[in-house]
Amino acid sequence: MSNKKIFIEPLFKNNPVTVLVLGICSALAVTVKLEPALVMALSVTVVTGFSGMIVSLIRNTIPNRIRIIVQLVVVAMLVILVDQLLKAYAYEVSKQLSVFVGLIITNCIIMGRIEAFALANKPIPSLIDGLANGLGYGIILVVVAFFRELLGSGTLMGYQIIPNAIYIKNGGFYENNGLLILPPAALILVGLFIWVQRSISKELIEKK
Amino acid sequence: MDTNKNLYTILYATGMVVVVAVVLAFASSLLKERQQRNVEIERKQMILRSVHLAADANTVKDKDSYVEQEYAKFITDSSITEGEKQLTLYICKIESGERFYIIPLHGVGLWGPVWGYISLKNDFNSVYGATFDHKSETPGLGAEITTNEFSGQFENKRIFDDKGEYVSVKVVKGGAIEGDYHQVDAISGGTITSKAVEDMLFKNIREYMNFFSENLKAAQERAQEKARADEQAALEAAIINNRENLVR
Repeated sequence: MSNKKIFIEPLFKNNPVTVLVLGICSALAVTVKLEPALVMALSVTVVTGFSGMIVSLIRNTIPNRIRIIVQLVVVAMLVILVDQLLKAYAYEVSKQLSVFVGLIITNCIIMGRIEAFALANKPIPSLIDGLANGLGYGIILVVVAFFRELLGSGTLMGYQIIPNAIYIKNGGFYENNGLLILPPAALILVGLFIWVQRSISKELIEKK
Repeated sequence: MDTNKNLYTILYATGMVVVVAVVLAFASSLLKERQQRNVEIERKQMILRSVHLAADANTVKDKDSYVEQEYAKFITDSSITEGEKQLTLYICKIESGERFYIIPLHGVGLWGPVWGYISLKNDFNSVYGATFDHKSETPGLGAEITTNEFSGQFENKRIFDDKGEYVSVKVVKGGAIEGDYHQVDAISGGTITSKAVEDMLFKNIREYMNFFSENLKAAQERAQEKARADEQAALEAAIINNRENLVR
C-alpha cells in the first residue's frame, strides 16, 4: 500500500471513529467546546503518530508475551510528555482538557493502530498511518464540537456567533439547546455521521 | 535471537522502564520551572480578578509580568489567627484607599477539587467579587463555574442576614429568587459542581467567622455612631440657625 493511500484512507473511508468505532469515549467528553476539541485532536494525532513509529522501530525486539505492556509504556510516555508540554506552554487549554489528556493512553485508536499496523510495518508508514488516524479522529471531534458549541452555547471558539438580540432573555425567540452540551448529544451526532457516511459509501453496509 | 526466553523478557522490560523513566524525569525537570510559574501567575490573576483588577491581563502582551506587577501593587498577603488555626487573608487596597478582604476557598467538586477567591467589602458583609476554578469538572457543564456569568452573580450578595446571622450565599437549582441577597443561579447540567461551590463558600467563610462578625459589629457600630453624630450635628446646626434667626 502506498504512503499516500495509508494517509488518505483513515480520513474518510476507513475513519477510526465512524467506521471502526474506536475512541468514542473521548469524542463524547471533549467536544462540548471547539477549542479543547482542537487541542485534543492535535494531541491524539501526535501520540498516535509517534507511538506507531517508536513501536515500529523496536517491533523486532519486543518479546511477544509482554507485547501489549511494551506498547502501553510507549504510549503512556508520549502522553505524559504531551501533558507536561501543554502544562508548560498552553496552560489554559491544558486545564480545560484536564483528565482527558491523561486518558489518551486508553484511547482505543492508538492501541488499535499499533497492534494492527505498526507491529507489522516499517517506521515511516507507521508514522503516517498513526498521524492519519489521529487526524481522522480529529476531524470527527472538531465537526462534533462545532455543532455542539454552536447549537449548545451559541459560540465558536468562545466567540458569540448567534446574535444576542434573538435570545428569549433579550426579547427574541431563540434558546440554546441544552441537550447538545450533554454527552448523549455527541453520540447522536456521531450516529448521524455514520449514517451519512454509510449512505455515501455503500460498501460499508453489511450484507444480510 | 529468541525473543521468547524468560531472561530476555525480564531484561527487556527492565531496560525499557529505565529508559522511559529517564526520559520523563528529564522532561519533568526541564519544564518544572515554567509549569510552577504558570500556576503561580494563575493564582495571582485569580486573586486580582476577585477584586476586579487586571481584568485585561489576557489582552496584555506580557501577561506574566503584568499580573505580577499589579499583584505587588495592590495585594498584601496577611493572615489572621482564629483559635489554633492560622488563616490566610489577602488584603487589597485600591487607589481610592478602599480596602477589600479576600478569602481563599477550597472545596470538593464532582471529579476533583474546586477552589476560588471571594472578596468582601469593608462592611464585612457584602461581596465585592468572586472567582472560581476547578481541576477536572466537565467542560461545558460544571466547568462553567469559571465564567464571569456565574461568578459575577455573587457581587453585592451578603453573607450575613438582617439579624446578623451567618447564612453565606446559596447556589439554587432552577433559579434564584430575584433580589434575594443570599441566592445565585446554579449551572444547568452542573448541579453537583454548583452545590460544591455553595458548600465551599459556606465552610470556608465560616472559618473566618469570629474575625468577620467582630468586624461586622464594629463596622455597624461605626455606622451607628456616624449616624448619631450626623444627627447631633444636624440638631446643633438647627439650634444655631434658630438662635441666629432669633437674634435677628
